[in-house]
Amino acid sequence: MKPRLLHPEQDLPFELELDAIGQALVEDLGLELVFGAMAGGDRRIHEVARAVVLAGSADPAVVRYRQAVFDDCLADPATPRRLYELAGEAIERERRVYGGLWSQHPETILRRSVEVIGQFVDVLRRLRQLAEERRSAVASDGLRTLFELLCRELDEPYLATIEDHLRRLRFDDGIIVTAELGAGNRGANYVLRRRVGRPSWRERLGLADGSTYVYEIPDRDEGGFRALAELTGRGVALAAAAVAASADHVLDFFRLLRDEVAFYIGALNLHARLIELEVPVCRAEPAPRGSLALRAEGLSDAALALRLGGPVVGNDLAADGAELLVVTGANQGGKSTFLRSLGLAQLLMEAGLPVPARSYRAAVTGRVFTHFSREEDETLRRGKLDEELARMRAIVDRVRPGDLVLLNESFSSTNEREGSAIARGVVEALVEGGVRVAYVTHLADLAEGLAAAGRSGTCFLRAERRPDGTRTYRIVPGAPEGSSHGIDVYRRVFGVEGDELALGAPGVPEARAEGWQDALAASGQGEPAG
Amino acid sequence: MSDPAGRSGAVGEGVASGRASASGRASAPVTVSVLWDVVPDAPLPALDPLAAEALADLRLDQVVDAVLAGRHNGSTGADLRAVFEHPLDRVAAIEYRQAVCRDLERPEVAAVVRDFRAAMATMRRQLDRARASHYRLEGERWFLDAAATYCRAVAALADGLAGTEPRSEGLRRIATAVTAYRSSTAFRGLAQDIDRALDGLRRLRYRLHISGNRIRVGRDRGEPDYGAEILAAFEKFRQAAAKEYRFDVGRGAMMNHVEAAIVERVARLHPDVFATVDEVLAAHADFVEPTIARFDAEVDFYLAYLEHIDRLRTRGLPFAYPSVDPDGKHLRARDLFDLALADRLAPADGRVVTNDVELAGPERIIVVSGPNQGGKTTLARAIGQLHHLAALGLPVPGRDVEVPLVDQIFTHFERQEEVTSLEGKLERDLRRFRTILERSTSRSLVIMNESFSATSAADALFLNRVMLRTMAGRDMLVVCVTFLDELAALGPAVVSMVAEVDRRDPTIRTYRVVRRPADGRAYATALAEKHGLTYEQVRAALLDRENGHR
Repeated sequence: MKPRLLHPEQDLPFELELDAIGQALVEDLGLELVFGAMAGGDRRIHEVARAVVLAGSADPAVVRYRQAVFDDCLADPATPRRLYELAGEAIERERRVYGGLWSQHPETILRRSVEVIGQFVDVLRRLRQLAEERRSAVASDGLRTLFELLCRELDEPYLATIEDHLRRLRFDDGIIVTAELGAGNRGANYVLRRRVGRPSWRERLGLADGSTYVYEIPDRDEGGFRALAELTGRGVALAAAAVAASADHVLDFFRLLRDEVAFYIGALNLHARLIELEVPVCRAEPAPRGSLALRAEGLSDAALALRLGGPVVGNDLAADGAELLVVTGANQGGKSTFLRSLGLAQLLMEAGLPVPARSYRAAVTGRVFTHFSREEDETLRRGKLDEELARMRAIVDRVRPGDLVLLNESFSSTNEREGSAIARGVVEALVEGGVRVAYVTHLADLAEGLAAAGRSGTCFLRAERRPDGTRTYRIVPGAPEGSSHGIDVYRRVFGVEGDELALGAPGVPEARAEGWQDALAASGQGEPAG
Repeated sequence: MSDPAGRSGAVGEGVASGRASASGRASAPVTVSVLWDVVPDAPLPALDPLAAEALADLRLDQVVDAVLAGRHNGSTGADLRAVFEHPLDRVAAIEYRQAVCRDLERPEVAAVVRDFRAAMATMRRQLDRARASHYRLEGERWFLDAAATYCRAVAALADGLAGTEPRSEGLRRIATAVTAYRSSTAFRGLAQDIDRALDGLRRLRYRLHISGNRIRVGRDRGEPDYGAEILAAFEKFRQAAAKEYRFDVGRGAMMNHVEAAIVERVARLHPDVFATVDEVLAAHADFVEPTIARFDAEVDFYLAYLEHIDRLRTRGLPFAYPSVDPDGKHLRARDLFDLALADRLAPADGRVVTNDVELAGPERIIVVSGPNQGGKTTLARAIGQLHHLAALGLPVPGRDVEVPLVDQIFTHFERQEEVTSLEGKLERDLRRFRTILERSTSRSLVIMNESFSATSAADALFLNRVMLRTMAGRDMLVVCVTFLDELAALGPAVVSMVAEVDRRDPTIRTYRVVRRPADGRAYATALAEKHGLTYEQVRAALLDRENGHR
């Protein structure tokens, strides 16, 4: 019996060990803020949210499965909360059953398991009653299947049978076993038996009759009582094993149920909070992996909104078929925010959660990697180049075709020429290897080189700037702006028009004019591209 | 309870070698043995001191220890040790054993015999339990089970040997004897009786009702299996890969008084079954047939040795069945090695170096010289081991082996014991050698290791020469390990072998000992060079220093 609310066929692990890459992802995208919004103060929900979001699913069918369950939860939030409470109650009741946890003796274990299952039966009944109430109100496969399972498997006759067994398993009248003679004529093949009919009056008085002999263990015979306990233990061992295993399994069921429902409660919380912050929320559309779909309207950085406590600027994106997104433009223009919103949307979509956008459609990826600068360094020379390179290498060691890599000002910790050369190599290798890359960068050589290469799968975006220089924080399609300002300045200074670089211009000594000409020719600066 | 191992006297018919008694009456029992073509009347004599010394010097005692370590023998390991210590003196006896050994190297035959031995070991364990039981009903059951094990073992052995068709005379005799025993009325009667008694016990089922301090013992009432019902009821909650509850309800090794009380009451409920048991026990107090017991003990001589050498065979070391010559003195072995050393090196995957030896025509004496720790003594030991093991009828280290049949092996090794004066030591050495000369015959082998070293080289040379000449005169076989190269050139009866060193670095031993004239000085030069002490090097060094001073 499995809840299967997160995946039609599998159980997901809720304990997660984060590696360095995972930790970077959480930090770079501000995920803790998102998890916090989902948790609403509940520690378990926080853990579950983290585990599920970071695990992700590269299967559009699973994404839709979860979205359907979420829709049901959204339509009727009371039901998931009730499920969460019931599961929690069962778990708490088990915890309170006293003693016997560490015993090895079958009788002790049997007694404890009987008590635990007794506690569970009550909760199971109420669970089933909830399922009966709500089964026709839900539309998702996940909830429908779960409720039908509960109604079918935990019907009243079954629960009554279990309760009957639990009564018998107290063995108020002692136990009955049959045995055979094994090695050394000691008892073997003990089989527990169920009494049929009622005990005779002689039996009830403890008397022997023609076909039975009685042996009584004297009061002080400790060895005898130990031997007796051993015998009884053998007799009940099978039953004890079965009941104990069952108790474990029901507990596991409740734990799983609680955790899986916790995820949806987290989703509800997030949904509510985003609406509160006036961030647009939608149900994303997952496209098949490798299809290079990417289209959004009003895509917002939820982490930023959560931090600011209010709405943020959203972006529209039309990048179907793009293997490489290059985002250039002025600082503080919203580029990093844009990159984060992309990563976040991707992760949330793949977890089956609502996405902060008016609409969002994208190919599912395997894993999302981030290579960001830390915010404080954004204007300074970033920390050592080799630290960057090492982190990049760690990514390259793990990345696979279909994954998404988000680079934020990578390799700007060295001079532009060098950084561009390194970056170009890495990016082209990744893209050719089938990895989707989004790169926010200052490196002019890189951007222009990529633009000149003119690959059809490259999409250029730019931080919008009005003619008067103010920023809109929007990211719009646009080629990288060249660094043609130098020539503009020259023209201004020397008072020339067009391309003429006349020698002997007034006020310029000849020798220097030659120098200028050579320098310009050597750098190959001509008209800017695009 | 009387000793059911049945060592004293045969039960029922004696087993005649090759003569199945159709009438079922006992004829004078002729013991059949897989070790002896002609079974000795008396037990093997104790080992005399010189022979024991020789075994120790050759490290054969260590080999035997290792071979017999951890073997499960109902008879004592001491019996087999004596067999390992006493070489045979007839080629027919040797070939009898070699043939058995070859048979046992066939996997199908070995399997039959090992299974038989395992079953006999089980039987012995069960008899031990029977003897140790406090309660009669407990001990009886163990005894019956032991007897049942024994019957199965005998039947399996008979079938197995017949099925695999042994080629050796030894195993054929056993096969015939066991087959005859198995079809004898005595054995059939035993098997049937035991079966009957056990069957009765095995069919019994009783019912216990345990409540408080009371146990009611009664007959089975055919009530339903409650454990199965519970399993079915809780089935829907069972999931794969969860913790399996396995209870190890501690059970004492022996029956406790509560169990005893229960089984006594069960016996009262079923008096007929237990009466049968009593009858059968009385009739078969001693059930083990001596020939069977003897085979079980003796065949381990081969199995233990074969298992032991197998560990070395898997590392590529060769073993061969030697041809043993009762008259001639021709010796040949290729790829010979010291078995005790190989045992020591094997666990650490150490490399074992093998060597070739040969004595042909008039050759009788091998003089082994060369640097210390070079493998000389190892080779001498290997030669001694070779002769002893060959005379036991076992496969020996090496390839293509021919050995003469020697009557005794003597060793004259340096003794490290008491620190007496050198004079005292020499005297003792000489006295020992005198005893050797007195006891040895022309068919003896003497292994000398640095003999008479407790005196000057010149004297030692003289003494060694005298001894060697004497022994050569008697046509004895000798191996002499020495640093006295001159001995290697005594005459046509002497073969010189030299332990080799690595040409480039004389401190590296190759452990190869090859047949060639002794040239004691050659390695000393290379050794000097390594330390920069050749004449040229010393000159050059002195000149450099001189020039440096100028």
